[in-house]
Amino acid sequence: MATVDYPLDRPPVKDTEFSFSQALYSWVATVDHKRLGLMYIVSALLFFVVAGIMAAVIRLQLMFPENDLVGPATYNRLFTMHGTTMVFLVGMPMVAGFSNYLVPLMIGARDMAFPRLNAFGFWIFLFGGLLLYYSYIGGGGLQGAGSAPDVGWFAYAPLSEGAFSRGSATDYWALGVMVAGIGSIASAINVIATALCMRCPGMSLSRMPVFVWVMLIDSWLIVVALPPLTAGQIMLMLDRHLHANFFDTQAGGSAVLWQHIFWIFGHPEVYILIFPAFAILSEVIPVFSRKPLFGRPAMVGAVVAIGFISLGVWAHHMFAVGMTSWSNSFFAASTMFVGIPTGIKIFNWTATMYGGKLRLDTPLLFCCGFLLQFLVAGLTGIMLGVAPFDWQLHDTYFVVAHFHFTLLLGLVFGLFAGIYYWYPKAFGRMYNEKLGKLHFWLFCIGANLTFIPLHFAGMLGMPRRIYTYPAGRGWEGWNMVSTVGVFFQAAGILFFLWTMVRSAFVGEPAGDDPWDGWTLEWATSSPPPEYNFEKLPVVRSSRPLWDLKHPHDPDWKFE
Amino acid sequence: MADALTMERDWQLPDRGTVGILFLIVTESALFAIFVATYLIYIGKSPVGPYPRDVLEIPVVSSICLLSSSLTVYFAEHALLHNKLARFRLWWSATILLGLEFLISTGMEWRKLIYEDHLTISTNLFGSTFYSLVGLHASHVIVGLVFLILVLTVTLMGFPIQTQFRRVKFLSWYWHFVDAIWVIVFTVVYVIGR
Amino acid sequence: MLNPVIALLLQVQVPGVAEHRVTDIFTPLASPAAAEKNIAMLTIAITTAIFVVVGGLILFTIFRFRRRPGDDLHQEPPQVYGSNQIEAAWTIIPLLIVFILIGVSARVIAAVQNASPPKSTLHVTVIGHQWWWEVYYPDYGVRTANEIHIPANIDGQTATYLTLQSADVIHSFWVPQLSGKMDLIPNRNNYLWIDPKDPGVYVGNCAEYCGTQHAKMLLRVIAQTPADFNKWAADQRKPQEENAQAAGAKAAFESLSCISCHAVRGTSAAGRFGPDLTHLMTRQTLAAGIMVNNGRSLRDWVNDPQYPKPGCFMPSMKLTNQELDQVVAYLQSLN
Ligand code: HEA
Ligand code: HEA
Ligand code: HEC
Ligand code: CUA
Ligand SMILES: [Cu+2]
Repeated sequence: MATVDYPLDRPPVKDTEFSFSQALYSWVATVDHKRLGLMYIVSALLFFVVAGIMAAVIRLQLMFPENDLVGPATYNRLFTMHGTTMVFLVGMPMVAGFSNYLVPLMIGARDMAFPRLNAFGFWIFLFGGLLLYYSYIGGGGLQGAGSAPDVGWFAYAPLSEGAFSRGSATDYWALGVMVAGIGSIASAINVIATALCMRCPGMSLSRMPVFVWVMLIDSWLIVVALPPLTAGQIMLMLDRHLHANFFDTQAGGSAVLWQHIFWIFGHPEVYILIFPAFAILSEVIPVFSRKPLFGRPAMVGAVVAIGFISLGVWAHHMFAVGMTSWSNSFFAASTMFVGIPTGIKIFNWTATMYGGKLRLDTPLLFCCGFLLQFLVAGLTGIMLGVAPFDWQLHDTYFVVAHFHFTLLLGLVFGLFAGIYYWYPKAFGRMYNEKLGKLHFWLFCIGANLTFIPLHFAGMLGMPRRIYTYPAGRGWEGWNMVSTVGVFFQAAGILFFLWTMVRSAFVGEPAGDDPWDGWTLEWATSSPPPEYNFEKLPVVRSSRPLWDLKHPHDPDWKFE
Repeated sequence: MADALTMERDWQLPDRGTVGILFLIVTESALFAIFVATYLIYIGKSPVGPYPRDVLEIPVVSSICLLSSSLTVYFAEHALLHNKLARFRLWWSATILLGLEFLISTGMEWRKLIYEDHLTISTNLFGSTFYSLVGLHASHVIVGLVFLILVLTVTLMGFPIQTQFRRVKFLSWYWHFVDAIWVIVFTVVYVIGR
Repeated sequence: MLNPVIALLLQVQVPGVAEHRVTDIFTPLASPAAAEKNIAMLTIAITTAIFVVVGGLILFTIFRFRRRPGDDLHQEPPQVYGSNQIEAAWTIIPLLIVFILIGVSARVIAAVQNASPPKSTLHVTVIGHQWWWEVYYPDYGVRTANEIHIPANIDGQTATYLTLQSADVIHSFWVPQLSGKMDLIPNRNNYLWIDPKDPGVYVGNCAEYCGTQHAKMLLRVIAQTPADFNKWAADQRKPQEENAQAAGAKAAFESLSCISCHAVRGTSAAGRFGPDLTHLMTRQTLAAGIMVNNGRSLRDWVNDPQYPKPGCFMPSMKLTNQELDQVVAYLQSLN
C-alpha cells in the first residue's frame, strides 16, 4: 500500500542532554536504521582489526623459513579464525551496515520495512560472532582438545567430523556462523522489502539509485545462497552429535558432498561480499567525476547477470576432486562467463570518469585503487577458471593472492571509499583529507607489497595453509617482502582509525551536501534526523538533486 | 508530466508484509532444496540395511490429511474475509486437527522405525537422510501449528481477529508452503526413494 | 630460529641424480605438467594483454581528466548517459575471448584426463594418511612410504598410473613439475598419471589442508632408469632378511609397542597404522620428507617424534637410552 505511514510534519526531535546510561540504553534498544547501520559497520571494523592482527601474526610466522613464532596448532587456528572472521563477521555485516544506513535514505523512506527485525538481525549477528570467539575459551569441550576451530574457513569434511576434530571448537564454528547467517538473512529480507515497498513517490524502480539496486540483488543472493550453508552445517552437527552419516566416509557418506554444498553457498558468497563495493563505486564515481553513471541500465543488468551466473559456477573450487572432464569443462566455461558482466562494470565506471572532472579526494582515490586492483584480481580469477591451469594453482598461495586481491584490494578498498564518502553525512563533520590520503597511499602500497609477491610464491609450488616451510625452495624472498607490506597496511589502518575517531569530534562541520551529490541522502541534514526527511521527497529522475540544482537542464527530460 | 501532488496520490507499492513472507518462503525453499538433493544423491548408497523398501510404508492417510488442511485453511481465510467468524473458527480448528493428525502419524511412523525396524539417524545413510528431511519438514509443521493454535486461542478469547486479516493470510500462505514441501518430500521419500 | 632437525633437509643429496626442489610450474618435466604449462602461458598472455589495455585506459582516464587548479568548478562537464554501440563492443569482444579460452580449456582437460595408457604402464596405489603417504605396488606386492619410485619415461612409451585413495581425511597429490594436483578422498578412487622423461627426484607436497601437520607432508617421486627401477622393485619384494648381528636389537624392537603400528615384512611386526618399515634404510628421508634418513635422525625421531613434527600421530615412546640404541640399530639393519 502507500508508503506514507507516518505523519508528514512531525516536529524535529530536540537534542537534550543524556546521561551515559540513557545514551547506552538508547543505542541498545534502538530500532533506527541509521544507528543499526553504524553499529553494524563499527562492529565489522572491530572484527576487521582483530582478524587483521591475526593476519599479521600469520605473516610474521611465514616471514622466515622454519620460523617458530607459533606452532602448527596455533597457526591453523589463526588462519581459520582469520578467514571465518573476515568473511562472516567483516564482509557480511558490511553488507548489512551499508544497506541499512543508506537504502532508506536513498529511496526517501523514513525507516526500513521491519525496524524490529532489523534490530534482531544485528544482535543475532553479534551474538553469532561472540559465539565463534567464545571457542577460544570453551572450544576444548569435554575432551579438552583444541581451543578455536582449526578446520579452515570451509571446514572440509571429514576433517571437520567428530573423528578428526575433537572437542567443541568445530561446533562453535558451525553454530557461530549459522547464527550470524540467520542475522544476515533477516537483514536481507528487510532490505528487499524496504527497496520494493518503501520508495518515496516517483521513485520507480528505473529511477532507484544503482546503490539500492545492487543491494537489492545482493540481498536476493543472500536469501537464496545462505540457506545451503545452514543446511550443510545442520548435517555436520547431526553427524557430530547424533552420529548421522552424511559425511562419514566409513559408512558410505561422501566427502565431496560437503564441498558441493559448501561451494553452492561459498561461490555466491564471494559475490555477496563484493557487491557492496560495486554499489559504493556506482555512487562515488559519478559524483566525483561530475557525470551520471555511464550505461545505467547495463550496470544494473550486469549485476543481475553476475548474480544468476554465480549460482552455477561453484565447482571451480573443486577442479582437483576428480570430476569428469565434462563437469570440469562446464564449470570452467560458466566461471569465465562471469568475466563478461564484470568487464561491463569496469568499462562503464571508466567511461563514467572519461570526460569528467575528477576530484581526486580520498573516496575517489580508493575507487581508482579498486578499479586497477580488481582488474588484476578478476584476471587472476580467469587464470584459475582455466581448469588445467587451476590443477597447478589450486590450494597454493596464488589462490590466496587472488582472493586477497578481490577481497582486500577490491572489497576493502571499496568499503573505505564508501566510509569516507558518507562519513560527513553520518557525523556531520568532515574527515581529515590529509590523513585520508596518507591512509590511502600507505594501504595501497602495503597491500600490493603483501599480495603481489604471493602470486609468485604460489607459482613456485607453495601450498596454502602451511605453518612453516623449508628453506631452499625459492619461497623465502617472496614471503619476506610480503610480510614487510603488512607493516605499511597496519600503519595505514592506524591513520584511518585516528581520523575516524578524531574527526567525529573536531572535524570541520560538513554541511548537508559537501560533495554536491545527486541522491536523496544529501537532501536531508547531516547527520540525518531520526525520521530522515521532514517532508517526504517526490522524485522524477534517477538524480533528483541534479534536477533541483539544474532546473533548466533536469535529468527527467532525458529519461 | 504529472505534478507532484497527483504523483504522491497515485503512488502504489507492494505490501511489505507480502514481500517479506514471500522471501521467507524463498529462503526456506533453498534450505529444503539442499536436503532434498542430499536425499536423492544418497538413495541406494547405504552399505547396510534396513533399506527403504523394507521398512517404509506409504503414509496415505496422513498425507491426505495434510493436503486437505490446505483447503480448510483456505476456507477459513475466505470465511474471515467475509467476516463469518464462526465459520472461520470451524475451518481453522479443522486445519489444526488435520495438522495434528499428520504430526501424530509421523510420530507413530518414527516409533515403528526406531523400535521395530531399528532404524535410527545413525544406522545408515537412509536413516540420516530420512530423519533429517522428514524431521525438517515436521519441524515446520510444528511451527505452523503453534501459530495456528495461537490464532485460535486469541480468537476464542474474543480478540477481534478480523483486524489481523493480513497476518492470518500470511500464516495460511506459510501453511500452503509447508504442504507444498510435503508433496516434494513425499515424492522423493516414498515414491522415488522406495 | 632454524629448526635444526628440519634444516637437514638441505643436506639430502642423492649422488648422481638431480633433485628438483624448486617446484616451478613453468619448468614442467612430464607431459601433464607440460600441457598445463602451455595453456597457462596462453592464458597469461591473454590476461596480460587485457590488463595492459584496460589498465592503461583506466590510468589514462584518471590522469587526463583529473581536476586541475585552474578548472572552473561551477561548469559541469557534458552529461553523457551511455552509448549502445560502445557498450555492445565491450560486451562482444570479451565474449569472443572467453569462447577461445573455453575451447582451449576443454581440449586440454580432455587430453589430460582421458589419455589412454601407453604400452608399458606401472600401476601404483597411493593412500594418504595424516600426515604421510602409503605407497603400494599391486603388481609387485610391495608396500613402502613417502617416496614413490617409478621408471622414467626414457623410451617415450612408459607412464605411471596412480590410484589415489585416503585412509582418513582429504589430501592432495601434487608434484608440480610432473602434473597438476589431484585429491585423495576417502571412500573414492581418483586417478592421475605421470611420465617424467629424466631420472631424478621430484619434490612435491600434500596440497589439501588435512590437519595439524599438513605443512610437513612432503612427497618425493623418484624416477629411475627402467633397469634401476626393476632392481629396486625386486629388492623391495624380498622379505626383510634376518641379520644375525641385529638379532638382539630385533628382539628389543619386537618387544616394544612399535609393532602395533608398524610392519616389517617377514617379522612379527604387522601394524598398519604407521608406515611400513620394511627396507626402511632404502629411503632417503623420514617422516614424509622432513628429515634425511640416517642413524642420527632416526634416533632423534624415535626419541621424540613430536619435536620435529609436533602433533603427528607417532607418540614419543619414552625409550631408555639403551632401548633407543637397540631400536635404532635394528632400524638401520633394515636395508
Ligand atoms: C570478492 C570476492 C571474489 C570475487 C569477486 C572473485 C571473482 C572471481 N573469482 Fe575468485 N575467489 C574468491 C573470491 C572472489 N573471487 C575467494 C575468497 C576464493 C578462495 C576461497 C578459498 O579457497 O578459500 C576464490 C577462488 C577462486 C577460484 C578457485 C581457486 C582454487 O581454489 O583453485 C576460482 C577458479 O575459477 C576463482 C575464479 C574467479 C573468477 C573467474 C572471478 C570473476 O568474477 C572475475 C571477473 C573479473 C574480470 C575477468 C576482470 C574484468 C573484466 C574485463 C576487463 C573484461 C575482459 C575480460 C575477459 C575477456 C576475461 N576464484
Ligand atoms: C575480507 C577478507 C580478508 C581480508 C581483508 C584479509 C586481510 C589480510 N589477510 Fe587474509 N584471508 C582471508 C580473507 C581476508 N584476509 C580468507 C578468507 C583466508 C582463507 C582462510 C583459510 O584458509 O581458511 C585468508 C587467509 C590469509 C592467509 C593465508 C594463510 C594460509 O593459507 O596459511 C594470509 C597469509 O598471508 C593472509 C594474510 C592477510 C593479511 C596480511 C591481511 C591484511 O590486509 C590485514 C591488514 C589489517 C591489519 C594489519 C589490522 C589492522 C591494523 C592495526 C589495528 C594496527 C595494529 C597492527 C599491528 C600491531 C600489526 N590471509
Ligand atoms: C601410535 C602409533 C605408533 C607407534 C606406537 C610407533 N609409531 Fe612410528 N610412526 C607412526 C606414524 C603415524 C608415523 C608417521 C608419522 C608422520 O610422518 O607423520 C610413524 C613414523 C615412523 C618412522 C618413519 C617412517 C618413514 O618411512 O618415514 C619410523 C622410523 C618409526 N615410526 C619408528 C617407530 C619405532 C621405532 C617405534 C617404537 C619405538 C614406533 N615407530 C612406534 C606411528 C607409530
Ligand atoms: Cu595431507 Cu595436507
Ligand atoms: Cu568461486
